Amino acid sequence: MASMRDIKRRKTSIQSTQQITKAMKLVSTVKLQRAKGRAENAKPYFDSVYQTVTSVLSKTKGITHPFVTGVDSDRVGIIVITSNRGLAGGYNSNIVRLVRDAGFDPSKTDIYNIGRKGRDGLVRGGFRIAGDYSDFIDAPAYPDAMMIGAKALEDYTSGKIGCLYLAYTRFKNTVVHEPTLLKLLPVDVPEEDVNAEPSSKAVMNFEPEEEDALELIVPKYVNSLIYGGMIEAVASENGARMQAMDSATSNAEDMISKLSLQYNRARQGAITQELTEIIAGANAIS
Amino acid sequence: MEDTRFRLKIITPDREFYENDVDMVEFNTYEGEVGIYRGHIPMSMVISPGILTITNDGESLNAALHAGFVEVLPDKVTILAEIVEWPGEIDEDRAKAARERAEARIKEQPEGVDVARAELALRKAIARINVVGK
Repeated sequence: MASMRDIKRRKTSIQSTQQITKAMKLVSTVKLQRAKGRAENAKPYFDSVYQTVTSVLSKTKGITHPFVTGVDSDRVGIIVITSNRGLAGGYNSNIVRLVRDAGFDPSKTDIYNIGRKGRDGLVRGGFRIAGDYSDFIDAPAYPDAMMIGAKALEDYTSGKIGCLYLAYTRFKNTVVHEPTLLKLLPVDVPEEDVNAEPSSKAVMNFEPEEEDALELIVPKYVNSLIYGGMIEAVASENGARMQAMDSATSNAEDMISKLSLQYNRARQGAITQELTEIIAGANAIS
Repeated sequence: MEDTRFRLKIITPDREFYENDVDMVEFNTYEGEVGIYRGHIPMSMVISPGILTITNDGESLNAALHAGFVEVLPDKVTILAEIVEWPGEIDEDRAKAARERAEARIKEQPEGVDVARAELALRKAIARINVVGK
């Protein structure tokens, strides 16, 4: 059995770790609330952008714009959003695994990376990093998303990449976060939507004409999805960290109570032994 | 009297910028400047940098509107703005510096400079300066 001193030292060390995890949990709870608020503020904008894009696309049949038909290239571009910091459970490794298991050939894939943790995992998997924007995830702003979007679109229109995906963690609610791989380009034309659209949309006019409008609107659509992805990823990151730190804190609690028990037993054992020795000594004298 | 107002909603990725019933809204699109009253035909337009003017009860509000698109319905106008600023939010000195920089780039056209982008930057800077000056 370990000595009393050893057990005590171990207990103190676990206690100070627990203090850290407790504090981290509180911090990420606050950050989560803020990120959640931002995600909610942003939602109406994205819904409207999405609606407009689908209504433009559903009206433009037989369109031959590269945004819809695709460009001639076998390379794939993926925008991957992870975090700069770890200690968030499976948050980062889930995204890396999602990208690795998606069936892309690493030698034919360009990564537009946001988040250091994801970059490290992907580089190990043999993926090429075409651009690293890790600093943006600390405080996502719309102009940042525009910059990444502009770079990715440029590579797309110049034929460096043939399609563009976005890998991020979707924030469903505080406890459920889904790693998601979303296809951005070429844009899928919704087939069924034509009938499902309400009649008010059917008479919508466009200025400039639909095809030109598409040219202008699709980049905005891509930017807004990137921005939305970043905001949701931040919320998911803090949610994941909150959960991870919560279970770490309660694990520490379990360990401490187990160690307390061991410590008390050891103490009792030591007292019993001492008594036995004293009695034995007294008996020997008399 | 028939109601001549319509609902104007301006949203950005970060916030709801403005929402109210208004008489008229004016802004700049790719096809030129437009003013919209109630009862406009349904239309989607793409925004070009310029001044946004909201007229309500004879009073008008200005803002600098740089990018985004607009969805017009007879009784409702939704502006999806990528960048929009009230005059109080604009840093005039910075806008002036940006104007000079853009003008110099367009005039000299040094190697590696995207002239279209410089022109866009110039128009944004001018829109900002005009809004502050109003």
